[in-house]
Amino acid sequence: MDNLVFERTKGLTKKEFSYCPGCTHGIIHRLVAEVLEELNVLDTAVGVASVGCSVINYEYFDCDMQQAAHGRAPAVATGIKRVNPENTVFTYQGDGDLAAIGTAEIIHAAHRNENISVMFVNNAIFGMTGGQMAPTTLPGQKTTTSQNGRDPYVVGMPIRMSEVLGQIPGAYYVERVSVHNPKHIIKAKKAIKKAFQNQIDGKGFSLVEFISTCPINWRMTPNDSLKWVEDSMIPYYPLGVVKDGDKND
Amino acid sequence: MAKVLMKGNEAMALAAIKGGVDAFFGYPITPQNEIPEYLSRELPKLGKVFVQAESEVAAINMVYGAGGAGARVLTSSSSPGIALKQEGITYMAGSQIPGVIINVMRGGPGLGGIQPSQADYYQVTRGGGNGDYNCIVLAPENVQEAFDLVKESFDLADYYRNPVMIAADGLIGQMMAPVDIDKETPKLDLPEKDWATTGMKNRRTKENKDVDPNIIVSLSLVDTVLEEMNLVLQKKYTHMRENQQRYELINIEDAEIVIVAYGTSSRICRSAMEILKEEGIKVGMIRPITLWPFPEKAFAEIPESVKGLLTVEMSMGQMIDDVKISNNGKLPVGFYGRCGGVIPEPEEIVNAVKDFLGGLNG
Repeated sequence: MDNLVFERTKGLTKKEFSYCPGCTHGIIHRLVAEVLEELNVLDTAVGVASVGCSVINYEYFDCDMQQAAHGRAPAVATGIKRVNPENTVFTYQGDGDLAAIGTAEIIHAAHRNENISVMFVNNAIFGMTGGQMAPTTLPGQKTTTSQNGRDPYVVGMPIRMSEVLGQIPGAYYVERVSVHNPKHIIKAKKAIKKAFQNQIDGKGFSLVEFISTCPINWRMTPNDSLKWVEDSMIPYYPLGVVKDGDKND
Repeated sequence: MAKVLMKGNEAMALAAIKGGVDAFFGYPITPQNEIPEYLSRELPKLGKVFVQAESEVAAINMVYGAGGAGARVLTSSSSPGIALKQEGITYMAGSQIPGVIINVMRGGPGLGGIQPSQADYYQVTRGGGNGDYNCIVLAPENVQEAFDLVKESFDLADYYRNPVMIAADGLIGQMMAPVDIDKETPKLDLPEKDWATTGMKNRRTKENKDVDPNIIVSLSLVDTVLEEMNLVLQKKYTHMRENQQRYELINIEDAEIVIVAYGTSSRICRSAMEILKEEGIKVGMIRPITLWPFPEKAFAEIPESVKGLLTVEMSMGQMIDDVKISNNGKLPVGFYGRCGGVIPEPEEIVNAVKDFLGGLNG
């Protein structure tokens, strides 16, 4: 195998993903798994699965996992990390989970500067329950509970969680990335690596927000979904570092 | 034997330390605040974890995480706060995570009040959480017993991989009494926590390098698998019912009336029984120490002389359901209760016994 140039990451089990065609959860899973492997922390990692499409990702990541109640992953991760600080602890949460029911838990995990890494997947919709409106749903976006399109006059403008979290003094590192093309996938992986390296270095709360797709519930083809990320999502959810404790010193 | 004068809440906090607690997660609420206050001061000195969470919901989920990671974990709260913790408690039961939850009960419903109450009987024995699950529920009658039961509860939780609740009340929490803080409590032979999520590295040995991830989960989308998971839990609950029923029988030989009361109520009933004894009325008492499993075995020990059972609670009648189930229609069951934080006087119970007996003698 001298000429081996690529192999499947050891961070993922052999279980097939349950995700829909064109959904970018799979890419994000692989990036997180590759980072865990490259940082040599798979053996000490404890992941926290949340509620949403990624609810059974404890079957996909090849490390110890806990499955949390809807929105509570940051509190569960806090419990794990506080009693076993030598573990590398991460949550993997969607926007229905983190930006709606779990706002208190994520804000206070950041506020306490919990030394955990949060993978926040924002696809602007409740995916698993069948495409309901999320706090992150864009104005005019049609969902099963905003069938005429999100009306900001009635339900407000979408919440930008990275910006919310970035202004919390305790948060160390917050970056928003996208995985809609190879260039951005490479950037996303760098952000994930930084979020985990920060934890290993004891720097504290680090969050990566991924702009992700949901072709089925967006009622779009996978290609159109990637284009919608570029044309509609990214203008409202600008990519880049929101906060970096390394640069604020 | 070193007896120390302590508040009930502080005694329970110290008992947790003596019981080997590794971490406490909680949120302030009266009348249990001395527990987190004491532990916020003492746990860091021992290199252990104290976190004041942003809510009861967060606190119980921290307990879930830490308990799932193999630690001995405690949270404490009072009635409305326990209501908020129910989500996490059913997740703990479903995922088989041990942990101890102290409920220093106060009057309800809603925000209620801050005075002592037993109106959470349903909440602690039936749970507010979803699904078929049970917690062992221990109800101390005094400060020493609160200390003993809290200390022992960590072994019980680990033995069964299940949450254990302490049902105290505001009187026990706030009362000061001498406590034997070196008292030994029963110990169980505990298995290794080989299921805990401590990282795969900790399970790799020279002989066994190939280990699988540990997963803490209560989910299954396959009905028959979820049923199997439930049957595993039910097997534990059957074992608890057979082996963990605890109660005290007081003066039931030759009794005409048997009072059934626990916690602060049983304490007041003891005083009432003294008065009744002087008046020549023979009254005994069944004092449940486990509210779940309810000590139905105690009811098999009721002698022929008994004409009726009088349930006394600081609620409007919740435990009486279990009394009726255990009694199985054999004897008339009466009730006396106060609520809203009102603690009954012994004389009220004396009169209730006389009224009940009068009614029976018709």
